[in-house]
Amino acid sequence: MSSAGSSSDLLARFDVSPSRRRKDRIARTGVLAATVLALVPLVLIVYYLLRRGLGSWSTTFFTTDPTGNTFFGGSSIGGIKSAILGTIEIVAIASAISVPIGIGVAVWLVEYGKGSWFANTVRFFVDVLTGVPSIVFGLFVYIVLIVGTGSTYAGYKGSIALALLMLPVVIRSAEVILLLVPGALRESALALGAPRWRVIFSIVLPTALPGMVTGVLLAVARAAGETAPLLFTAASTHLTTFNPGQFMNSLPVQIYDDVISATPAVEHRAWGAALTLVTMILLLNLIARLISRRSRLA
Amino acid sequence: MHDTRQTERPLEDASAAMPDTSVETKPGLTVKLEGLRAFYGEAEQVKGVDLEFRANEVTAIIGPSGCGKSTLVRCINRMHEEIPGARAQGRVLLDELDVYGPSVDVVAVRRAIGMVFQKPNPFPTMSIYDNVAAGLRLTSRGRGDLRAKVEAALRGAGLWNEVAERLDEPGAGLSGGQQQRLCIARSLAVDPEVILMDEPCSALDPIATLKIEELIDELKQRVTIVIVTHNMQQAARVADRTAFMLGGKLVEIGATQDIFTKPSDPRTEEYVTGKFG
Repeated sequence: MSSAGSSSDLLARFDVSPSRRRKDRIARTGVLAATVLALVPLVLIVYYLLRRGLGSWSTTFFTTDPTGNTFFGGSSIGGIKSAILGTIEIVAIASAISVPIGIGVAVWLVEYGKGSWFANTVRFFVDVLTGVPSIVFGLFVYIVLIVGTGSTYAGYKGSIALALLMLPVVIRSAEVILLLVPGALRESALALGAPRWRVIFSIVLPTALPGMVTGVLLAVARAAGETAPLLFTAASTHLTTFNPGQFMNSLPVQIYDDVISATPAVEHRAWGAALTLVTMILLLNLIARLISRRSRLA
Repeated sequence: MHDTRQTERPLEDASAAMPDTSVETKPGLTVKLEGLRAFYGEAEQVKGVDLEFRANEVTAIIGPSGCGKSTLVRCINRMHEEIPGARAQGRVLLDELDVYGPSVDVVAVRRAIGMVFQKPNPFPTMSIYDNVAAGLRLTSRGRGDLRAKVEAALRGAGLWNEVAERLDEPGAGLSGGQQQRLCIARSLAVDPEVILMDEPCSALDPIATLKIEELIDELKQRVTIVIVTHNMQQAARVADRTAFMLGGKLVEIGATQDIFTKPSDPRTEEYVTGKFG
């Protein structure tokens, strides 16, 4: 054929060498093993949650408040109604505080402050906040709003602690999404003679909306599972309340209380509450995924 | 002219007799640059250019990559200053008005001087209709007969017949050439006197390019057009006058035919004959 040699020479030149095959197999096995290893605890958690938790689920479990009676077991210990409603209320108020502020900060960082030293400083502190342990937020609210004002625990104080925890997550996720909005869209809207605020409200935010909703839902999911910031801000109680100025029960705190209780029936309730919490967070995550799939940016 | 009536909806009875492109004649405005200099931080990209874009003419700006032609047109509607650290010096006169004057509203300047970008960029969250209406809504002029204005703009961009039946579909679903004409319709809707086009066909195939070029020829009856292009054949086809830029400076400007056949500067000749660039 050509001067390069016969076709069998060519085959040999392009053949995968045995040592490379071997390395490939070892590397593949290694990463597969790591994946399986990581799956083990995940599967076990879900398995135990279902096995232990599902048994305590019943209508009365969801529709009655805990009674505080831990001695007699059975239905006399009550359910987790106040904890479910409390978690929803506390997280809803926390979101109402942190979402508008967080998105506002992100809009400022991306659309106005870009590149300025102040924006960089803000971004740095937001990153620091992301790494702050959640109990520190609880402690901060405890010192400022409870010790500082000489008052006592309240649901809204728990909300503020969770809002502080959510804020950096909301800011960072919204910022990332806003940065994904193509600059060409802003340019063409500006070139039409649109004022900047209109460009942000009519073009940038609608384009970024699905992604931002996803980020917010993930922040909500994270906040809903936090115990530490609520322990000494919203405290724990038995009764359902819709007054954020009162002590408010929540799922994580109820789980905490129940687990450290000595009675098996109450411990059993903790499993049911944990399964409830995980289910709620899972649903939020699913919704977030569905919405992000519809995003035009990703 | 073919009959457009089959594609009409009852709503547009009054305009049913209008041809696909409205040949409404309207004076554009002259744009004059005086000692224009543009900077990115400390780097000077446009180094003192005096140039006149005559009303209702198509002026092409040609030159090698990095010669400052895009920066120059972005100074005309003050889009240059949107880039952090960028600034411009000198005067840009829209008829008599200096668009860099201290009391001039940037937003008003951009309404009078529209812009079409290199890459077609319809707003992804909006339908075809909303894309065209966006220019009016974003500038708080969405009241009145929006529908008629949208139709007029789409006709002006030669797109009406292709989209009249699917105005509610997303603008991003159109072909590249249609998207670019949608962007032209979007800028026409706000009724500018000047349209700047920054390599409007570089992302399009030859047939879509031809359509845009035909459109440019019609549009100059109502607006002044400045077109930046890498494609010398395109300049030769569409422009009444052509300017050649090199290294941030204007080398020469003249009737397109003269620039391509008997340029006065040897550098222009080298460029248009393909010796560099």
